[in-house]
Amino acid sequence: MELLAVLLQAAADAGLAGIGAGLAAVGAGMGIGRIGASALESMARQPEATGDIRANMIVAAALVEGVALFAVIVCLLVVL
Amino acid sequence: MRNPFSLLNQSFLLSFPLFLAGLFALVTISGAFAQHGENDTELHQEVNHDSDSTHHQSSEHTKDPFDAGEMILHHISDAHEIHVIGDFAIYLPVILYTDMGFKVFSSSHFYHNEQHAKYLKDGVEKNAHYFVYDQYALYHEHIYYLDDSGALNIDYNTGETSNAVVFDLSITKSVAGILLTCALLIILFGSVAKSYKRRSGQAPKGIQSFMEPFILFIRDEVAIPSIGAHRADRFMPFLLTVFFFIWIANMLGLIPFIGGFNITGTLSVTLVLAAIVFVITTFSGNKHYWGHLLWPPGVPTPIKFILVPIEILGIFIKPVVLMIRLTANITAGHIIILAFVSLILIFGESSATAGYGVGFGATLFMIFMFFIELLVAFLQAYVFTLLAALYFGDATQEAHH
Repeated sequence: MELLAVLLQAAADAGLAGIGAGLAAVGAGMGIGRIGASALESMARQPEATGDIRANMIVAAALVEGVALFAVIVCLLVVL
Repeated sequence: MRNPFSLLNQSFLLSFPLFLAGLFALVTISGAFAQHGENDTELHQEVNHDSDSTHHQSSEHTKDPFDAGEMILHHISDAHEIHVIGDFAIYLPVILYTDMGFKVFSSSHFYHNEQHAKYLKDGVEKNAHYFVYDQYALYHEHIYYLDDSGALNIDYNTGETSNAVVFDLSITKSVAGILLTCALLIILFGSVAKSYKRRSGQAPKGIQSFMEPFILFIRDEVAIPSIGAHRADRFMPFLLTVFFFIWIANMLGLIPFIGGFNITGTLSVTLVLAAIVFVITTFSGNKHYWGHLLWPPGVPTPIKFILVPIEILGIFIKPVVLMIRLTANITAGHIIILAFVSLILIFGESSATAGYGVGFGATLFMIFMFFIELLVAFLQAYVFTLLAALYFGDATQEAHH
């Protein structure tokens, strides 16, 4: 089928760049997952600090995501 | 037992986004259908381009199959027009600085005069679309001089051109977006400032009361904790400006059908914002800042020799990271949404029914992604402002040990 051929062609061309972007996604998922987990745990331990914890969680998540998107940009530059 | 009227309210609130979603789906899917339709016979194309010049006027070239990568890149990058829908576009002025002085003309002269050349890409022969007017050619949104024989030389094997580039100072889509953002900022905050002056001492009313929580949020949650209460006011104008500029610019990029602004997703814009942060940090750095940077206290001497080069690199790397974080987040969001659209178009090319079917699911995903992008728009503005405030606070720190 043409669609399968198109998808396979894209995979062959992008190659390692695709794997790199996937690894970046894994890294971001693991990092932000840990941030979320520890934030939820500390909110459970001390509910009155929820606002502070939430704000710091979001900041830390944005920083971690920034690093992951570095890798995505590099992979994009490889492909282009 | 829930009040039946509350259920009515909920469904009414849902109906407007559903209506928008339906409209968007209708237009997108009929676009897929139209893509299929342009492969039709000569007769159909003659009927299409009888009176006004259209974007696809020439009938002697074969239509390329849909190239998702090219479509996504085209929508991410800058353009000389704001393409609204179908053939309707807002043509922005082209301003060129040539040997004969400034030349200003509307880009409609370019976009109504499309030429084609063939080139090879990955072994497949494709059409290169470029636009010609006067002595200039517009190819992939760069403007080149035509050579002496009046032609744009596109190398058959690479698809690149070797003509000379013109010094291009045009108002492009991103520039128009920046000007629009600035106009919105001036109108919004001008009226807020006027209300504050007129109603000083009274409770805020109208647009004032809408903006006040955001302004106080930046002051009390971002600036004062990072910089300190007595020095925060010096940096507040910049922090407020950069926060609202980035937020409004991000939101502009999310509006469909107005040509797809990608203001903060271009490296040039974020480079300037990061450079301003760098300049402010460097010039407001006091003795303690430079002292701690070049001779960190409380660190064993051998480690100082490793730490100081890293700190010096950090002066430059921190604004660069700010720049890339903002660009990458916004561009990634746009690419995801465009990827869903191109999914519909890819399936639509093989059969119209597949296009409709995929269109339904893809549109739902797209709506979900749009909500996430709304959050990201605010979040990236907040993170940029927070980090800038932290850097300023670092630079103006007083001795506290």
